[in-house]
Amino acid sequence: MTQHLPVLQVAIPLLASAVCAIVRNARIAWLIALATTWTAFVIALNLLFRVQSEGIISYALGGWAAPYGIEYRVDLLNAFILVIVTAIGSVVIPFALKSVECEVDKSKGSLFYTAYILCFTGLLGIAVTGDVFNVFVFLEISSLSAYALIAMGQDRKALTASFQYLIMGAVGATFIVIGIGLMYVMTGTLNMADLAARIPEVRANRTIPVAFGFLTVGISLKLALFPLHLWLPNAYTYAPSAVTAFIASTATKVAVYVLLRFFFTIFGIAFSFDIMQLHIVLLPLALIAIFSMSLVAIFQQNVKRMMAYSSLAQIGYMILGISMVSVTGLTAGIIHLFNHAMMKGALFMALGCVMYRIGSVDISAMRGLGKRMPWTMAAFVGAGLSLIGVPLTVGFISKWYLILGALEQSWWPVVVVVLITSLMAVVYIWRVVEVAYFKDYPDYDCKPVCEAPLGLLVPTWVLVATSFYFGIDASFTTKIAEAAARTLLGIGL
Amino acid sequence: MTLAMTSGLIVILPIAGALFVGFSSKWPNVREGFGLITAGGLFGLVLTLIEPVKNGQRPELTLVEVVPGIELALRVEPLGLLFALVASFLWIVTTLYAIGYMRGHHEENQTRFFVFFAIAIAGAMGVALSANLFTLFTFYEALTLCTFPLVTHHGTKEAKKAGRVYLGILLGTSVCFQLLAIIWTWQIAGTVDFMNGGILAGTASNGVLSVILVLFVFGVGKAAVMPFHRWLPAAMVAPTPVSALLHAVAVVKAGVFTILKVAIYIFGIDLLGVLASTIWLAWAAAATIILGSLVAFTKDNLKARLAYSTISQLSYIVLGALLANEWGIIGGGMHIVMHAFGKITLFFAAGAVLVAAHEKDISCMRGLGRSMPVTFACFFVGSLSIIGVPPAGGAWSKWFLGLGTLEAGQMGLLIVLMVSSLLSLVYLLEVPARAFFSSPREDVHSGKGIHEAPWPSLVAMVITALVTLGLFLNPDPFYELMTLVVFS
Repeated sequence: MTQHLPVLQVAIPLLASAVCAIVRNARIAWLIALATTWTAFVIALNLLFRVQSEGIISYALGGWAAPYGIEYRVDLLNAFILVIVTAIGSVVIPFALKSVECEVDKSKGSLFYTAYILCFTGLLGIAVTGDVFNVFVFLEISSLSAYALIAMGQDRKALTASFQYLIMGAVGATFIVIGIGLMYVMTGTLNMADLAARIPEVRANRTIPVAFGFLTVGISLKLALFPLHLWLPNAYTYAPSAVTAFIASTATKVAVYVLLRFFFTIFGIAFSFDIMQLHIVLLPLALIAIFSMSLVAIFQQNVKRMMAYSSLAQIGYMILGISMVSVTGLTAGIIHLFNHAMMKGALFMALGCVMYRIGSVDISAMRGLGKRMPWTMAAFVGAGLSLIGVPLTVGFISKWYLILGALEQSWWPVVVVVLITSLMAVVYIWRVVEVAYFKDYPDYDCKPVCEAPLGLLVPTWVLVATSFYFGIDASFTTKIAEAAARTLLGIGL
Repeated sequence: MTLAMTSGLIVILPIAGALFVGFSSKWPNVREGFGLITAGGLFGLVLTLIEPVKNGQRPELTLVEVVPGIELALRVEPLGLLFALVASFLWIVTTLYAIGYMRGHHEENQTRFFVFFAIAIAGAMGVALSANLFTLFTFYEALTLCTFPLVTHHGTKEAKKAGRVYLGILLGTSVCFQLLAIIWTWQIAGTVDFMNGGILAGTASNGVLSVILVLFVFGVGKAAVMPFHRWLPAAMVAPTPVSALLHAVAVVKAGVFTILKVAIYIFGIDLLGVLASTIWLAWAAAATIILGSLVAFTKDNLKARLAYSTISQLSYIVLGALLANEWGIIGGGMHIVMHAFGKITLFFAAGAVLVAAHEKDISCMRGLGRSMPVTFACFFVGSLSIIGVPPAGGAWSKWFLGLGTLEAGQMGLLIVLMVSSLLSLVYLLEVPARAFFSSPREDVHSGKGIHEAPWPSLVAMVITALVTLGLFLNPDPFYELMTLVVFS
């Protein structure tokens, strides 16, 4: 049984989504989703511990040995990604029950969970597979279901947001499949390990650099790297709260994983960074993303949109860490995948609580909420502190490694940008804090607002607590991130 | 109970106290009772550490290893003990004072006030006992964040604005400069532990180390070295007990304490002496001393005047650390104590005037001494200590600081100290002089109907004034601790 875990990681949710589509009852669909995500979480943890103790797990799908059959290959990096995705997926589902009832049309209840699990499946599939075409297939599964999920938002603008994402996402996916096709033409294989072995022989041919270019643009679109980020703010703003919390903490992370996998494992650092000089492209884009998106976040009136721009800046931090191509830098990038998932998930869920009670996340509508919804706003502040990077929160750990990495390279301007942008996070978080705690609740509103129900609060606080816990004792996450970074760079422990 | 556990308990106890205070919000008397008991218990715990530390013990407690090599850990050493002693003792007195003040002034949200107050003390204790820069930074930031609700207690526009300045400067400097300095230290030295003799010597060129020193001195915004001093006057919108304990003792002293600690245990006196930036920073501190005093002159609002006086006095301690010799360090450490007792007395008196006579401006305090003799007598004693003349404790710290400047061969700095003392003589003694010797204003109040502040406040004030006098007669306990710091 346990040797089949890699495939069960994907197969169980895939089957569950089909069941969900059939049942047509939101409550039952929710139960199925709950069971699925939690099972997947347990499997992911199991895989992570096994990889830690036994090393890489390779699983031949249908018994067909690689490179002819499809291989599922779990190493420390993607085991970590699996844990992130399943953890967020299983925390958001309990939250979704009430939030979705409130925000999504009742008749679409079961379809919501179908799409949710499909998206979940797609993300897990991307992470677990060792086959590049499989990556594309799962990418499409996750993207298509994500478009549907976003389109279910209350506001009619959700439809245009979803459409915008669909166009951009389709362009990205096409670029990726072209890149994969070109690699296949040159090497005759789709298996990642096999590709990694064969590409050096053919890389002198111009086709491989072209494939590299297509993949770079395609993946950057998916992970919303500046200037290919335009789809993201609208999608995050108008999607239902539960969807934003889930997608913001997982989809872009998985895309970052794809980037790491393609450029470090498949093309190899020698080709990606010595010959193609990828970091020269990534570094300035990351810095511009960090700075400009933090700046834009400050001026947003809709807090969800503010957090969306903040996410873009945070993606910049991850790419910044990766573009250092050093152990410390990569550790910073990988650990920030986890850390950012925790804190942004918590923030979006706190905003979901606000949405549930007052039906808006405009900053002006949040007046006086500090008194009306103390636990919700406390969660927002707690996760916000993490975003700022206060010590004993996960944000600090990321910042520590990022600055350390930049210092190692003597990249002074980078250090300055990181420090200043973390202050910009103070500004936008504190704008919300001031409104929530110092302004009085509008009197003319006769309907009294009270604290969000426990069903929403508990999952939110679980993530807040996690973001503190792994800020206080980060040895577990840093060890994994560092080991994964060393593997990617091909440096022994 | 082992000593290490005691040190852990010192940090945890105020937080536990905060919880009790929070849960007993419905019964003000019980709530304040909890406050006093916790404060007393805390001081008792700190006292038990004195003897072992004097005997050379340095209890250590590792709470958690955050990432490999970076620990949240406590270590009791003489300088930290000195700070902890002062802060915990003054917490008792301030709690007493706050009871009178908050009730007499009919403040709202008193429970929130006492809760964050207690958490702030936990932050200060953490700073005092931290074993490495990371721990210190953690508690330093915690102290900033948990005092924010205290500064903005009134929730008015003015308070909100002040809160922005407060948070902006303190977080800004600590994140941009101090954190950078800490990570840089970690990168070049491979450790951020406080060690006798410092950890930075020989790890990098003197040029780099000079830059790190600058980052530390300006990165500790709580030390209010100009131009990063604006938060302190801004924070004066807070209720007076907050100004008293936090902005005369816990917060600002956490700042100068950090600088002393970095100077002694990260750089080491010997290294400081050879760095090029040391003397420049010493002059920056000297400039702050003079400018702070000059600005204090121009302020008619009593709390604002005291705020600028604090800015000036804090730089005495920064200067002491940067003199890079034993006397400077001893003087700086002693001044933490002396200034704390002197300045808190002044703030208590200012708050008492506010509660009893509703006056904030010095020009309106004419003749008040007749109806509030005890308050202004205490103010007089506090002033003497700040000025640094006998029979108040401040004389000793200024004496040692003066010795330090001579030892460093900096006559210019000695003159700065003297001039500043003269300035403070004028701007502080103006207050009791007006109160006692001018005739009362006839238009507003003829002295009738104005009494001394509520008794808890009065008692608190008298205690700190008496201790200020007592410290002149017997500064030995603190002097001994400082000699342990310097000569161990």
